Amino acid sequence: MAISTGSPIASRTRRPLTPDSIFRRVLVGLFVVLMVVFILGPLLWLGVRAFAGNWTYPNLLPDDWTLRWWQVVVNDGALGIAVQNSLFFAPLTVLVSAIICLPAAYAFARFDFPGRRFFLISLFATNAFPKMGLFVTLAALFYALNLMNTILGILVVHVLGTVVFMTWIPAAAFAAVPRNLEEAARDAGASKLRVFASVTLPMALPGIIVAAVMSFLASFDEAQGTYLVGAPAFMTMPTQMYSLVLNYPTQVAAVFSILLAIPSVALMLAAHKHILGGQLAEGFQIK
Amino acid sequence: MTIHEPLTGPLTNTTKPGTAASGGGLTVRGLRKVLGGRTIIDNLDLSVKEGELVSLLGPSGCGKTTTLRMIAGFLEPDSGSIEVEGQEVSHLGAENRPSAMVFQNYALWPHMTVAKNVGFPLKLRKMSKAEIKERVESVLELVSLLHHKDSKPARISGGEQQRVALARALVQEPKLLLLDEPLSNLDAKLRVKVREDIRKIQQELGITTVIVTHDQEEAMSMSDRIAVMNAGKIEQYSTPEALYARPETEFVATFIGSMNRIEGSLNNGLITEGPDILGIRPEDVILADTPFPGAVPATVERVVPRGHFQEVYVRRADAQLRSFVSGALMQPGRQTYAGIRKAMTFRDGRLVAEAGAAL
Repeated sequence: MAISTGSPIASRTRRPLTPDSIFRRVLVGLFVVLMVVFILGPLLWLGVRAFAGNWTYPNLLPDDWTLRWWQVVVNDGALGIAVQNSLFFAPLTVLVSAIICLPAAYAFARFDFPGRRFFLISLFATNAFPKMGLFVTLAALFYALNLMNTILGILVVHVLGTVVFMTWIPAAAFAAVPRNLEEAARDAGASKLRVFASVTLPMALPGIIVAAVMSFLASFDEAQGTYLVGAPAFMTMPTQMYSLVLNYPTQVAAVFSILLAIPSVALMLAAHKHILGGQLAEGFQIK
Repeated sequence: MTIHEPLTGPLTNTTKPGTAASGGGLTVRGLRKVLGGRTIIDNLDLSVKEGELVSLLGPSGCGKTTTLRMIAGFLEPDSGSIEVEGQEVSHLGAENRPSAMVFQNYALWPHMTVAKNVGFPLKLRKMSKAEIKERVESVLELVSLLHHKDSKPARISGGEQQRVALARALVQEPKLLLLDEPLSNLDAKLRVKVREDIRKIQQELGITTVIVTHDQEEAMSMSDRIAVMNAGKIEQYSTPEALYARPETEFVATFIGSMNRIEGSLNNGLITEGPDILGIRPEDVILADTPFPGAVPATVERVVPRGHFQEVYVRRADAQLRSFVSGALMQPGRQTYAGIRKAMTFRDGRLVAEAGAAL
C-alpha cells in the first residue's frame, strides 16, 4: 500500500517536532489504522473464515480448522458451472467491448466530427442512472426481443457496463500519442494502417490494457443485470454468491469470495507490473 | 515573389554546379496556404540546387515551418507545385515522397530501440534482416552512436537523440533532407558541435537539404544560401555573406546581425533629417581619440563588455550610435571622435542606396 507517512521531508531536513508536524503524523497514523481496519480487516476475516470449523463468539480465532468448505465448493456442480460461466463471459465481454469501443475511442481521439463532445459525454448515461432501473427497462426490451436467458442478452448487459472504460481510457491513450511520432512513421514510408499498427497502437497499449482489465473485472463482478437477464439458466460467480449467502453456511460464501477474488488480484498484479514497468513510466522527450 | 539569385560569391559545395533548378534538387513554385482564413504562405517560390544546404530563416509565425511541412507532405498546399529532382510530389502523401525529415523534438519512437528506430524505414521497404542490420550499423557509425544501438531513446541524451533522428532520416538515402529547428532543444555548446556535424555529414553525402531555423547565427554558419522569410514571403534569398553585406530590405538588415536604425540621411558623414531610414552596422561606426576625416566629436555614454569586443554607445551632435570596438575597455564620459564608414539607406523598407563616407 502506497501510504506516505508524511515524514520523508521532515526526516531529511531534521526539523524539530512542531505541534503542526505532530498533528500531521497523528492524522496519517489514524488514516493508516482506518485503512487496515476497513480494507485488510474484512479480507483477513474472510481468509480465516474460509478455513474455520466452529467459531464461537469471544474467541479471536476459530475453535478448529477444516478444508470441508473448499470441498463443498469444488464438489458442488452448480458452483463449478458458475465459475465456468464467469470465465466464459468475462473474456468474451472484453473482446466484444474492444471490437466495438476501440475504433470509437480512436475516432474520439483523432477526428473532430460533429457531435463529438455530445457522444463522449453521453457514454456516461449508462452510469448516470441507478443500474437497477436501467436493467428493468432493459429486461422489458429483452422480453420483446427474446433475449432473456440467452448468452447474447447477458453479453449485452456486460458490454454495456464496460463501454465507458473501453472508450474513455483508450481515447485518452490514443490522444496522448504525439502526432509527431505518427508523422515520423509516415515520413519513413508507412501507410496509415501501418502507422497505427507500429506506432499508435503500441504506444496506447498500456491505456488499452488498463481499460481491458477494468472491463474484465466489471464483467466478472457484474451481478444485478446478469441475475435479472440470465438467472436461472446462466449463473455466474457473483450471481451464485447471492444464493450461497442465503442457502449455505457463511464459510462457503467466504471460500467462494476468495475464488472470486483470485482472477481480479492476478490481473491487477499483472497489469501493475506491465504499466508501471512499461514505457509509460520512462518518460520521453516529447512535448 | 521571385527568387533572388545570389548577388556575390560563388556557390560552394554544389555537387553539380550550374545544374538547372528544374533538374536536381528542389523546386517550389507558387506555393500558397491559407489556414483559418489567414494567408500563411503567399505565392512562394524557392529553388534549391542539388547538394545545396538552404536555410529558411525567419521569426516565429513567418511561415517557415508551414513551408517545410508542405514540402514534407504533412500539409496540403492550396496551390503551387513542389518538385523533387524534377518529379512533381505535391499530390503524394508523406510516405511516398523521396524526402526524409528530422523533427524538432526528434520524434523517436519510445517503444523501439535506437537500432529499431533507424531500421524502421528499411523494414517498410521490405529489405532483408541482414541488409537492414548492415545499413543501420553503418549509418549509426556515421553519427557515432553504434554503442547505443540497443538503448531505448529515453535512455540517451538529447544530443544523441538528435543524432538518432538524423540517422533515421539518412538511412532512407533521401533525395531531400528536411530539418525542422534541429538544434533548438540542445544547449548552446552542443548546438555548435551538432551543427558542424550535420554540415559535415551533409557535405560528405551531398544531400540536398532544407533547414528551418529562427537562429540567424545557425543559418549563417551552416548554409550555402539562406531564404529570409517574413509574413509568408521570402524577403531575400542569398548567400550568408551577401545577406549580411547587402540586405535588400530593412527587415533583412535588422534580422541578420545588428544595426543602428536612424531616421534621416547621411551627408558628408553627418546625419541630417530626412524621410529615409539609415542602417549602420555597429562595426562601421569607427571611434578614435584623434580627429579623422568624416569624424565628429562624441561622448561615450555606455559600455557593454561582450568578451572579445565591447559594445559602446556614443552620443554625437546628430545621433546616438552603437559601435563594436575591440581593445581596452572604454570609460563612460570619455571624449572621442566617431565616424560612419558605411551606411545603408532604406526607403519604404527596401534598400535604395549604400553610402560609404570617405575615411
